[in-house]
Amino acid sequence: MHIVVCVKQVPDTKIIKINPKTNTLDRRSAPAILNPYDAHAVQEAVSIREKTGGTISVLSMGPPQATAVIKKSIEIGADRGYLITDRAFAGADTLATSYALSKALERINKELPVDMVICGKHAIDGDTGQVGPGIARRMDIPPITNVIEVSEVNLDEKTVLIKRKLSNGYELIQAGLPCLLTVEKEVNQIEYSPMPNMIKAARYEPVIWAVSDLENVDRAQLGLKGSPTIVGKMFTPPRPEGGKKIEGTPDEKVKQLLDILLEQKEVLTLQSSKQ
Amino acid sequence: MNFDDYRGVWIFIEQNDGKIEGVSLELLGAGRKLADKLQVPLAGFLLGSGIKPLANQVIAYGADEVYLIDHPVLKDYRTESYMKGVMQLVPKYKPEIILYGATPNGKDLASAVATDLVTGLTADTTMLDVDVDNRLLEASRPAFGGNIMATILCKKHRPQMATVRPKVMKALEPDTGRTGKIIEESITLKEEDMRTKVLRIVNDVTKKANLADAHVIVCGGKGMGDVQNFQILYELADTIGATVGGTRDVVEAGWLPHELQIGQTGETVTPKIYFAIALSGAIQHVVGMKNSELIIAINKDPNAPIFDVATYGIVGDALEIVPKLIEQFKQLRNEKGGELSYARKI
Amino acid sequence: MPEKFDVIVVGAGPAGTSCALVCARNGLNVLLIERGEYPGSKNVMGGVLYRAQMEDLIPEFWKEAPLERPVIEQRFWMMDKESVVQFGYKGLEWGVEPYNNFTVLRAQFDQWFAKKAVEAGALLINETVVTECIVENGKVIGVRTDRPNGEVFADVVVLADGVNSLLSKQLGFHKEFRPDEVALTVMEVINLPKEKINDRFNLEDNQGCTIEIFGDSTKGNLGTAFLYTNKDSLNIGVGTTLSSMIKSKMKPYDLLDYLKTHPMVKPMLAGGESAEYLAHLIPEGGYRSVPKVAGNGVVVIGDAAQLVNAIHREGSNMAMHSGMLAAETVIEAKFRGDFSESSLNLYRQKLYDSFIIKDLEKYKDAAHTFEKYPQYFKEYVPMMNKAMSKFFTVDGTPKREKQKEIMKSVTAERGTIKVIQDIYRAWKAVK
Repeated sequence: MHIVVCVKQVPDTKIIKINPKTNTLDRRSAPAILNPYDAHAVQEAVSIREKTGGTISVLSMGPPQATAVIKKSIEIGADRGYLITDRAFAGADTLATSYALSKALERINKELPVDMVICGKHAIDGDTGQVGPGIARRMDIPPITNVIEVSEVNLDEKTVLIKRKLSNGYELIQAGLPCLLTVEKEVNQIEYSPMPNMIKAARYEPVIWAVSDLENVDRAQLGLKGSPTIVGKMFTPPRPEGGKKIEGTPDEKVKQLLDILLEQKEVLTLQSSKQ
Repeated sequence: MNFDDYRGVWIFIEQNDGKIEGVSLELLGAGRKLADKLQVPLAGFLLGSGIKPLANQVIAYGADEVYLIDHPVLKDYRTESYMKGVMQLVPKYKPEIILYGATPNGKDLASAVATDLVTGLTADTTMLDVDVDNRLLEASRPAFGGNIMATILCKKHRPQMATVRPKVMKALEPDTGRTGKIIEESITLKEEDMRTKVLRIVNDVTKKANLADAHVIVCGGKGMGDVQNFQILYELADTIGATVGGTRDVVEAGWLPHELQIGQTGETVTPKIYFAIALSGAIQHVVGMKNSELIIAINKDPNAPIFDVATYGIVGDALEIVPKLIEQFKQLRNEKGGELSYARKI
Repeated sequence: MPEKFDVIVVGAGPAGTSCALVCARNGLNVLLIERGEYPGSKNVMGGVLYRAQMEDLIPEFWKEAPLERPVIEQRFWMMDKESVVQFGYKGLEWGVEPYNNFTVLRAQFDQWFAKKAVEAGALLINETVVTECIVENGKVIGVRTDRPNGEVFADVVVLADGVNSLLSKQLGFHKEFRPDEVALTVMEVINLPKEKINDRFNLEDNQGCTIEIFGDSTKGNLGTAFLYTNKDSLNIGVGTTLSSMIKSKMKPYDLLDYLKTHPMVKPMLAGGESAEYLAHLIPEGGYRSVPKVAGNGVVVIGDAAQLVNAIHREGSNMAMHSGMLAAETVIEAKFRGDFSESSLNLYRQKLYDSFIIKDLEKYKDAAHTFEKYPQYFKEYVPMMNKAMSKFFTVDGTPKREKQKEIMKSVTAERGTIKVIQDIYRAWKAVK
């Protein structure tokens, strides 16, 4: 069983700040991390490998320092990692990203046939969730998004049983291998990496590929050139008028609020407990 | 690609078990405005099995045309079969704009379709407009999880596509007198060609913690200080029959499970009363709650953006105000007897 | 099979990283273990990096290290409630190579520094807590971490685990520090545009300024406050010994708030935006608190060995230098194939021969004196302010008379004999 996990390095949006005057990112205080959903994707691959055996490769696209997220993936338990990095990839939107990653997957697949691709549900810096399904389409394998459980992997039948989250519950899907999954955080708990993994990761040198290392690449589909979407403008939405501020001492404020809720609008009512 | 060949605004009508999803009706409302501005017809496209009766509802909610493909293989949503359906319709009829609800299925379908159509797709849009002169869709969404919106354009490819957050747009009042054109397409699909099978669909509403259905929500932010302090929000919620939710920060800090997160990457809610307590009101949060009927904000910082969307604001320390509020409500309950709950004024 | 390294260094602060860097450069197989998310994520210092010791490790580091500003001016403030007496030095020679010292943001600098050690061949592992040293037959042979399969072995374990060095305490090298041996420092990074900083501190381009503040900045308690200029932010912080904090029932946060709103400080910060808040313990016990620093298969460096000069606010330079001395010792021990206490005690000797212990020895009574006799901070600083105010106020009184009045008021407040005693005691403490 060969599982490829696609991972992305993202600024930690928990910490990221926007400069209110210039509307630009203050990246100084935002460390780059492995996209949290992708960490769950790697962990899920590790859990599957525990049952089926096999190899886990991770694949990322980004600047040279994105090797950090590959090392992080090795800590979680991946066996090897590939980074595609090239100026030609810069400025890619989701369409150009899925194209570049699928080209790298083609090469990985040639070296060792891929049975499953796992991605995080979305990256926290873009929140789109479009790259995973895009890769699946380009590889012509079925995408299964919003996965909350991989219930069974049957290598003889070449099938998997998947729980997929819906707006109102979940569905149980059987899919043929190879397929692509995008996972929710609920899919697993990230385990605390054992020390040998940590040492392995610290030593590990990811395989680095430029565009020239990939075959049959149409450069027009890469990076900014290959991206149909562009950011038209960034803006802070006009601040609405705002409501009424309730003034007074804390006690007076609470009293007034109570009046509003109970009397003026009658939105909260007392109902007899006997009813 | 000749852009003039592409005309019309299309909405993906998502149906589950023969019932149209709310977001699709909302998108018909939003799409109506775009279509009118561009002076083109608004169409809904509908895939499924035995779904013909739904066409009239799509028209009643604002569509001029309904494209539908009715096939047994399309009974449950699957990326591969639904994609084939869309790929049958879109290259043939060439709409210039396609909108999908940003539901798991809507996002899944749009992402796959965008790859095959080789066109741009904007995710989780919360504002829509068109530049009529250039016939450009202006799809805006909160960016970087922060206080800023980005407008995404797709200038060189057609159709222009976007997924749109549920409960952000408003559906029109249905008009059953409206008439429209129904165009049915046929498709060749074989079950044995499908690589995925839906074995079972489980509707599980309990796990949603009823945030979506709550009439009153008490939502807390990181300003509560720590998880112990956060507990008083549960007491307030219990007192007035509300459901507790939290901001992204609070969920990331592990004070609340993910399904109770309100905002761009969590739930979008539209309760009657929304208490926003000790949260600043970052855009990514506000898009998930701003359509609440009555918003009460409590925050120490008089300049917090949450006061802009609040109906009533109290500048003060939540740790001081909330206990007083609980005490007052409890006193009232004790004096008069009974339980507090939301009731619509008649 | 658990791995065996030549050296395991616990803690990737300035001390640990220096040691790992030098060991790795000399071909040793080094494992550097850091508890934080990345080196620097858990570290705090005022933010002054001394050039000399850093240059011993990486020549001309200023050409590539993430530094904020070279410090060209050092000011000292004796602050009272509504006044301040200031002196200091500003020299352009500090603004050109080889520089004197720099302001740095630790989160960035430590990461860069650790990267240098990694480039030299050290293995860095983050987010891993060393829970104890593995001791066999009285010899440290490795460490146990909180990770599954968490044991790793080495010829020598270098403890650079910071002020509260639990690991050396477990080995019985030192007892729990007394509250008067450690200071609690709280610090905030405040974002402010570069132009505003340059205007307010009278600086040009990338010139930097540091201000050390005594007196009312700690409400008269033993300790100091500081205000340093970064590129487009300020570091403001205040530290006092734990003991005086306990005695005066103060909270460090309140003290920092007090400082930030002090009329002498507030205008410098106006319009700034708080970006980060940090709190950290700093060892200030000095000479008398330096514990046992070498054992069988183990050495202790940096803050873990209490190597901080509280009077001059030097710590990171001592940490780096001690790391380098430890590395040299380990390399020699490796050459001899002898990692016993007597072999590693060479490090202790190197330490005592260096400026580190010499400086600590010089000031060995200072902190003690200032803590025992609070009048230096509580009374003399306000007195000095009053004296200056009187002296410089033009009201028709002859200057000679003013001098007399000032002297009279000083001796009246403390008594002539006491004043002489105080001066002698202070001189003795720092001579």
